[in-house]
Amino acid sequence: MFAYLIRKLGVIAPTFFGVTLVAFVFIRLLPGDPVLLMAGERGMTEERHAKLMAEFGFDKPILVQYGVYIQDLFSGDFGTSIITKQPVFKEFFTLFPATMELSFVAICIAVFVGLPAGMIAATKRRSVFDHVVMTGALTGYSMPIFWWGLLLIIFFSGILGWTPVSGRISLLYYFEPVTGFMLIDSLLSGQSGAFKSALSHLILPSIVLATIPLAVIARQTRSAMLEVLSEDYVRTAKAKGLGRGRVIGMHALRNAMIPVITVIGLQVGVLFAGAILTETIFSWPGIGKWMVDSIFRRDYPSVQGGLLLIAAMVMIVNLVVDLLYGLINPQIRHRD
Amino acid sequence: MEEVLAASQEVDTRPVGRIALLQEFWSYFSENKGAVAGLFFFVAIIIIAILADFVAPHAPNEQFRNALLQPPFWVNGGSTDFLLGTDAVGRDILSRLIHGARFSLFIGCVVVSVSLVVGVILGLAAGYFRGRVDTFIMRIMDVVLAFPSLLLALVLVAILGPSLINAMIAIAIVQQPHYVRLTRAAVMSEMTKDYVTAARIIGVGRLRLMFITVLPNCMAPLIVQAALSFSSAILDAAALGFLGMGAQPPAPEWGTMLAEAREFILRAWWVVTFPGVAILTTVLAINVMGDGLRDALDPKLKRS
Repeated sequence: MFAYLIRKLGVIAPTFFGVTLVAFVFIRLLPGDPVLLMAGERGMTEERHAKLMAEFGFDKPILVQYGVYIQDLFSGDFGTSIITKQPVFKEFFTLFPATMELSFVAICIAVFVGLPAGMIAATKRRSVFDHVVMTGALTGYSMPIFWWGLLLIIFFSGILGWTPVSGRISLLYYFEPVTGFMLIDSLLSGQSGAFKSALSHLILPSIVLATIPLAVIARQTRSAMLEVLSEDYVRTAKAKGLGRGRVIGMHALRNAMIPVITVIGLQVGVLFAGAILTETIFSWPGIGKWMVDSIFRRDYPSVQGGLLLIAAMVMIVNLVVDLLYGLINPQIRHRD
Repeated sequence: MEEVLAASQEVDTRPVGRIALLQEFWSYFSENKGAVAGLFFFVAIIIIAILADFVAPHAPNEQFRNALLQPPFWVNGGSTDFLLGTDAVGRDILSRLIHGARFSLFIGCVVVSVSLVVGVILGLAAGYFRGRVDTFIMRIMDVVLAFPSLLLALVLVAILGPSLINAMIAIAIVQQPHYVRLTRAAVMSEMTKDYVTAARIIGVGRLRLMFITVLPNCMAPLIVQAALSFSSAILDAAALGFLGMGAQPPAPEWGTMLAEAREFILRAWWVVTFPGVAILTTVLAINVMGDGLRDALDPKLKRS
């Protein structure tokens, strides 16, 4: 297992190096003077320009600049936002729990609905249920989620008036963040109605964000299950006279779970791309909306830092999934 | 000689040649009724897009000042002049959607061709040469894949400047690694086969071996991927348009139309609903078709 970990890290290290290179190059590829972009000012004097140039290190050779950039990264300096003048690292982790909460609830919905749906569809192959689930899954997979979100807003917020249109919680409630998860914090605060408000804000965005992973998980579970159900050991188990529930639950499901877990792990990147759109539509104060806003506000240091932090996050999650996968399935661990 | 032929025919009596292969493919493909429906829908959209100037009742950017935000014809206050209603500046939504089909198909074609061609070349190089070339190419692809696709596309557009062309370039770059990986994997498995060794022994040149001997046998997964990435290109381009980073107004691109319609969502449902329906049905049709393609081309499933 340790050797496996080392091997995985050996693959990840150059990728991380490449990611830092992308983030580093990004700000230098933007059209316009990098000093003006980094400072977020226009029409500065020659002297100030020269001073800032030296301050940002743009006057040094490009390799030295990159060295300094890496050094800064390792000391936790991911740049400073032009707009808020706050360190990007701090901004990122202030907003991160909001995205985390949304993604967590979304992936829970996706797993708890998608997994059983796919399983039942597989065991009742070619039934009406199977067709409904597969049509639904394909539709979900093809969904432009930004439009889906707007439709849900029209229906549940506009026509029925059940849910709020944007934000994380009603302005009536205020409490200091403890965990950063609004659902938990609202309970901890003990204010009546706070939890309900937080939940009603969360429900639509998490459904929207769950849509594509849900579809993917349902499809993957179904096809993995179908494959396993045709295996000899399942037939043997049936022939031994084991009950249907036991065959499916004990023998088939376990083996079908392996590809499904991989797919769930792969959804992290998908979730993040989805979070960009979902958070924008629902004005959800998370990382996705912050990145889009930063791009529009030309807050390039934030974009640069955010890009790197997000890629690092995705890589870490994928590494963890890979390790878990290796833990479950020794074959993977010992391959090549 | 004829005896030998007769003996070998016993082993494999399947008809050969392009037409026969196509017929075989079609017999598998047409088993999937959904896929056939998807194909017909897709062809219909292509025809509508080509004939947009004749099919659309109005010009896409023509403004009818006395018919602002008019609802669809079946709703009170709607008229058959504007079947799906009009938007906030009085443009006919149906006509805009019809012309918008051109954008989506154009985006799909360009993105798929660019990422397919570049991806296949890189994947072929990686799978054929292995060693350092392989490591170098695959590490770069890993870096691209480390970023969530839409985020990377957004950032690329921020660098290049928001426009339809730049959005297409960004999406092509983001989709590239999938082709590289698929091609590489297929090439690597083909390279171990006897016919490749035979070709090498005869002394077939490197480029001929790569592109003419090996590549055609790697096409099945690439065709399926092309169909799937056609639909995701349309989705991503619409998402970029929606975020204001794709096609710019007044272009009747579906995502851009949705972005313009956002402020009217609670007042005029039709300006929001129809562009989304257009995106969803087109993408769905292509995906259904892609599923059928995969089933028809996948030899493992063929036998069962």
